[in-house]
Amino acid sequence: MSLDLPGFADPVLGAQRAFRAVLDAMSHPGRIVRVGEGLVSPAPLCSAAAACVLALVDQDVRVHADAEAVAAADWLRFHTGTTLCGLAEADFVLALALPDLAGLAAGSDDAPELGASVILQVAALGAGRRFMIEGPGLAVPAAFAVDGLPEDFAGIWAANHRRFPRGVDLILCAGDRLAALPRSLRIREV
Amino acid sequence: MNGYNFAYLDEQTKRMIRRALLKAVAIPGHQIPFGSREMPLPYGWGTGGIQVTAAVLGPDDVLKVIDQGADDTTNAVSIRRFFARTAGVATKTHTSVATIIQTRHRIPEQALTEGQILVYQVPMPDPLAKLEPSRAETTRMHGLAEYGLMHVKLYEDITRFGHVSISYDYPVMVNDRYLMSPSPIPAYDNPKLSRNPALQLFGAGREKRIYAIPPHTEVRSLDFDDHPFRTTRAPHACDLCGDDASYLDEVVTDNQGGRMFVCSDTDHCASRQALKEAAE
Repeated sequence: MSLDLPGFADPVLGAQRAFRAVLDAMSHPGRIVRVGEGLVSPAPLCSAAAACVLALVDQDVRVHADAEAVAAADWLRFHTGTTLCGLAEADFVLALALPDLAGLAAGSDDAPELGASVILQVAALGAGRRFMIEGPGLAVPAAFAVDGLPEDFAGIWAANHRRFPRGVDLILCAGDRLAALPRSLRIREV
Repeated sequence: MNGYNFAYLDEQTKRMIRRALLKAVAIPGHQIPFGSREMPLPYGWGTGGIQVTAAVLGPDDVLKVIDQGADDTTNAVSIRRFFARTAGVATKTHTSVATIIQTRHRIPEQALTEGQILVYQVPMPDPLAKLEPSRAETTRMHGLAEYGLMHVKLYEDITRFGHVSISYDYPVMVNDRYLMSPSPIPAYDNPKLSRNPALQLFGAGREKRIYAIPPHTEVRSLDFDDHPFRTTRAPHACDLCGDDASYLDEVVTDNQGGRMFVCSDTDHCASRQALKEAAE
């Protein structure tokens, strides 16, 4: 049980800071931002993933926690009031391993905003396999390194990007750092 | 301020707006419906912009609010005071020191920098609404990227007037996918939308829509190869600071037809006047 762990020390400003960090990351894809410093996160979540959840999730959205992340389900329900659901219905997916992106809500052509957001905890950001990313938010193509994505991630992402504006958005968390990969991004391996 | 949450809105509303903003950034130019709240000012006075600002604002931010470029008009002053009272944030009129700039119908003359956030107040978020009254239909048109109707409207303008007769709220294509209303900024400001290093967020309170342009994103004003997009401005220099490139307001000064042209961006104009005085 992780119910006894607190949320943000200051719920209002803690959520605001975490949101601004995610907004910064989402509008500058690949940029690594600090978030959730000092937050005591429930196992197995890192503080960045926990801060994302506290800032963005509430009773208005539904969350799917994967087989490992589900260990923090009590904490999640207690602090956010959200309900857990299956992969295909989720607004947010909390995961320690990349889920099947094709199995997630991708929105419709008329309402692509209903596509899911995946909060994925990875081994490390700024190290590991290198990718080139380009798209809105980037003045020039940028290098991005992440450790903890599957072998064929570039291919998986290409399938996600191809159906733009439908698709899912990825928030990668490691320790107290995160980076975001919005669906508008093109990614290739180098 | 006692009795209110930080920045006026309750936390659940902020989370709802924040989630919409993140999706708006991920899908540049796409209008996202949100549960717009009743605010302590009437629709048409910036309720959409105010809600977006309230959702992003933090205690360390420096807020600037402009109304048609001016920092000193009623709308700008009251919104600035609203956030000074409900969030205790610093408010400034200098474009360069502001981290968040809420604007009604202008983009500041001074180039924005990375890290700044520009929040637009939007009366009518859907550029197709003037051409097609059904919202279900325009949603479908956006879904299919079916924008022929807007090109026909521009074409009819050209056949009738010889040029596109839209001088403000000039429709743009964002990231080559979504047709978007840039809010009623003068067409003069349109080029600044494109590849701007600042994050641009748009809030329409009455119409309950949020959309965004991420930094460095391509924004193209609609045009034709043989009728390229052109900006216009009054062919004068500012009577106060002498700038012959800024966007000007025409001010009637007396009953004898006297008039003067002044910069619409008051901060830009004041900075230039201060520089001139310092040089003299």
